[in-house]
Amino acid sequence: MDPLMPPPIRRIALDREPNVAAPAAAPASNGAPRGPGGASLRAHRSRPASARVLERMRIDSVSLAYGANWVVRDVSLPVRQGEVLALIGASGSGKTTLLRSLNRLTEITTGAARSGAITIDGRDIHELEVNDLRRRVSMVFQQPNPFPMSIFDNVAYALAEQHIARGGRRRRRTPELARAVEDALRRAGLYEEVAEDLDRSALRLSGGQQQRLCIARALAAGPEVLLLDEPCSALDPISTATIEELIVGLRESVAIVIVTHNLQQAFRVADNVAFMHLGELVEYGPSAQVFERPARQRTRDYISGAFG
Amino acid sequence: MASAALTPAPAPAPAPAPDARTVAHPPRERTSSWPLVDRVCYWLCWATGIGLCVIALAIVLFMLVKGIAYLRPSLFVESPAPSLHQSQSGGFRDPIVGTLVVTAIGTAIAAPMGVALAAWLSEYRRPAWLARSVESAVEMLAGVPSIVLAIFGLLVFSQGFLAFLSQGAAQGSLGESFFNAGIVMSLLALPLIVGATHEALAQVPDRLREASYALGKTRVTTIRSVLLPAIRPSIASGVVLGMGRIIGDTAIVTILLGATLKNEPVGHTPLLGALRGTGSTLTSYVYNNSPAGEGNAHEKAYAAAFVLLMIVLALNALVTRLSNGERPAGERGRALRALRLWPLGR
Amino acid sequence: MFGGAQQQPGARTGARSDQRAERTLGALAVTVLVLIALMAVTVLIKAWPSFSYNGLSWFGSGGDVDTQLRLMREGTPVGGHGLLYFRAWPLVWGTLLTTLLAVLLGLVISTLAAVFLTEFAPAPVRRVLDPVIRLLAAVPSVIYGLIGILALAPWINQHLISNARKQSVIYVVQLNGANLATATLILTVMILPIMVAISASALTAVPGAWREGSAALGVNRWRTIWRISLRTAWPAIAAATVLATARALGEAVMLAMVSGGRGFAANPLDGLTFLFEPVRPLAATIFQESEGLTIGPVAHTIYAMGAVLLVSATMLSLAGWAVKQPLKRYGIRA
Repeated sequence: MDPLMPPPIRRIALDREPNVAAPAAAPASNGAPRGPGGASLRAHRSRPASARVLERMRIDSVSLAYGANWVVRDVSLPVRQGEVLALIGASGSGKTTLLRSLNRLTEITTGAARSGAITIDGRDIHELEVNDLRRRVSMVFQQPNPFPMSIFDNVAYALAEQHIARGGRRRRRTPELARAVEDALRRAGLYEEVAEDLDRSALRLSGGQQQRLCIARALAAGPEVLLLDEPCSALDPISTATIEELIVGLRESVAIVIVTHNLQQAFRVADNVAFMHLGELVEYGPSAQVFERPARQRTRDYISGAFG
Repeated sequence: MASAALTPAPAPAPAPAPDARTVAHPPRERTSSWPLVDRVCYWLCWATGIGLCVIALAIVLFMLVKGIAYLRPSLFVESPAPSLHQSQSGGFRDPIVGTLVVTAIGTAIAAPMGVALAAWLSEYRRPAWLARSVESAVEMLAGVPSIVLAIFGLLVFSQGFLAFLSQGAAQGSLGESFFNAGIVMSLLALPLIVGATHEALAQVPDRLREASYALGKTRVTTIRSVLLPAIRPSIASGVVLGMGRIIGDTAIVTILLGATLKNEPVGHTPLLGALRGTGSTLTSYVYNNSPAGEGNAHEKAYAAAFVLLMIVLALNALVTRLSNGERPAGERGRALRALRLWPLGR
Repeated sequence: MFGGAQQQPGARTGARSDQRAERTLGALAVTVLVLIALMAVTVLIKAWPSFSYNGLSWFGSGGDVDTQLRLMREGTPVGGHGLLYFRAWPLVWGTLLTTLLAVLLGLVISTLAAVFLTEFAPAPVRRVLDPVIRLLAAVPSVIYGLIGILALAPWINQHLISNARKQSVIYVVQLNGANLATATLILTVMILPIMVAISASALTAVPGAWREGSAALGVNRWRTIWRISLRTAWPAIAAATVLATARALGEAVMLAMVSGGRGFAANPLDGLTFLFEPVRPLAATIFQESEGLTIGPVAHTIYAMGAVLLVSATMLSLAGWAVKQPLKRYGIRA
């Protein structure tokens, strides 16, 4: 399938294969690109699977409700380091809610109910202290939201607060802190652009830079899992491409879950794709399989643009 | 199959029944895991919040108890009478009348002037330097203490040529009368009325003005028949806020109203004589009957204070009702509303 | 914002009535401006003799203020000096003490209360607290004074001022319930509502995205408030403080009732007793000395005090304007 062209509309008569709800094993190959296409994107798609795939979180029959509405119904998924998991689906499919439940942001809304279990490294996340959990599972939001501070302070924020929470005193720029900030900025691919003045206000950066700053900020504390809620939807194509490259590069060190309504982006970036519709997990599998040989009719319809 | 192309997928299977592990209304972040400093701050916040409620409750209950203990219906109809047994004699009919008169004069002057000024600031604004100066001057006026306004008023009204406003010979009067007090009171209410009207005019969408001009109306007519009616609730709430400030003021009354026990008219013309005369209002009555004044009849002070408080609270409730009628939306609206509702400052 | 001024009415026939109206309203604006300027000028002119006689020592200390005022009324000059001799330091010090203490106390309490109101209070408590604050703002100052002089002052006199304490300063001043502590406490309660209102509205205006971002990074609610919300809202809190200072400075009646009426410069070196010493702020002095105000040296002195208050209020107004500039960023008009 040509990675640059959207998936063609298909009409296949029957839905023969069973619902693949069980987690997929690491696929043997990511599928060779067919047809012409941009070199860099093809390079992404033909990248080898990660050497080490480590399960970080497990979502186990989770259902979430706001008031009387069940927004997410009985979803089970693994979240693995070394892989990018994309949650796709139309609006209202519950993918954002599911994402936010992974770091317990859903608790902020009153009247939210849940059932099922979400575990991180084997422990239920609701037994952990919520701020500890959120340091291990970081989130980047749709709209870049850098704090009204300098770039350095933004990236150092989580680290400084962690230090204070553990009883340390507020310190100025120690060398360790500076190193950690530089590290995070490099991983986010922003360091070269801002290195000459880290004390500039973060609000002066461009949209793409701000989003990369938010990613750096999320990475600075060394999380195990990175959650991305439609991170590129507010950005221009060039920033989007930069961030997508970033995401693929990060998957070795951090488990990544990305919610996106952009199917091409999911195709470019994800190793595993979970398609949700009206709260249910319709299909889960390696991205090549879900996009090229979807097992369920609904998946086919969504991918081919019949609704959305 | 074929239907799938056009209609969305059929409704999914019914929701799974919540199992025993369902947690409704998950708890908010537990503060027990916070460091000590953060916990102390959290408890301090709670303490101040509850403390404020307690203080307000204490004030209201105290005034309620004392007021009801000492309030008699006869107080409303009797005039203050000088006598040795202050706690039994006399009432506060005169002070109540005094309050009403001073408020009426002050509002009658401040309301039209304030609205006109705000309309000029909003719709004309020429020359620009004059507009900016007037705005700054009104803002400054809002911050001037009422005692300074009072002594300024005294200075002005004790000049000979203004003696007609109060009792006094041509060479200079004492400068104390209802007229004088009312006029200076209008300066108290003016900034509030100008502020409320100006804000409201700024919020009126331009298309209203454009529509009116397009119909060939002059600016004056537009202001009079389109803009002012549109912001009537804001003007009303500004005026009521001004009234509240006037009613609650003691300094101007004590200095410019003579603080005589009864309302003493000057000369024999019925209404004008009374207005040129001296008198008292509820506020100066409370002050005079408290240990700080001369009367030292604290029962009457409590009773009068209770009546005063009820009047002010009723006005306050009125303001709330008026400004709830039209709400500017969103964050800015909330900020504007919070600030407009305070009778202090602006 | 001021679009009205830019719109042009169309018809030519109305132009004349418009011109008339504009001239009239312009005249009104000029009148108001002249009136306010006149107020400043006349107060300063009437105050000038007192300042010119005493010079800058007007603000200094020297002798008992109450005696000086009494002698001025009686027409007998203080030994060796003219009738206008006046050293206002105890009054100025009293004003500074009550204002600054009340504002500081009010700042801390109002910030905590505003944080409570916007972040921690459950919805039913918030619904109660809103009208409570409005109620506190609406109470006239004479009622605060009444409660102070009839309830709070006697209580403080009975329970907080021991006889030993009274004895320790009896040779200088008599201690009773009307003192700095009572005055400061009630003044704080008077300025709290306005500060809480402005601070709370500024805290609500902080973008939710920042607070959510901070929570998502694992920072607890208090630290988020401290490092994000309060840091963003501080210009509003500063503006509220300036407004409250102006209010506290100009408070005359309540302070006249509860602050003690003795022109005594409360001495911090007295330790805790310092809080229970009487003070006499400028505004309260003007109020108390308002008999026979227009003639003689007393008048000049009183107007001089008024001039000091006027100039302070104007400077605070300017300070308030300066502090409000950063607020425009968030669209808060304060």
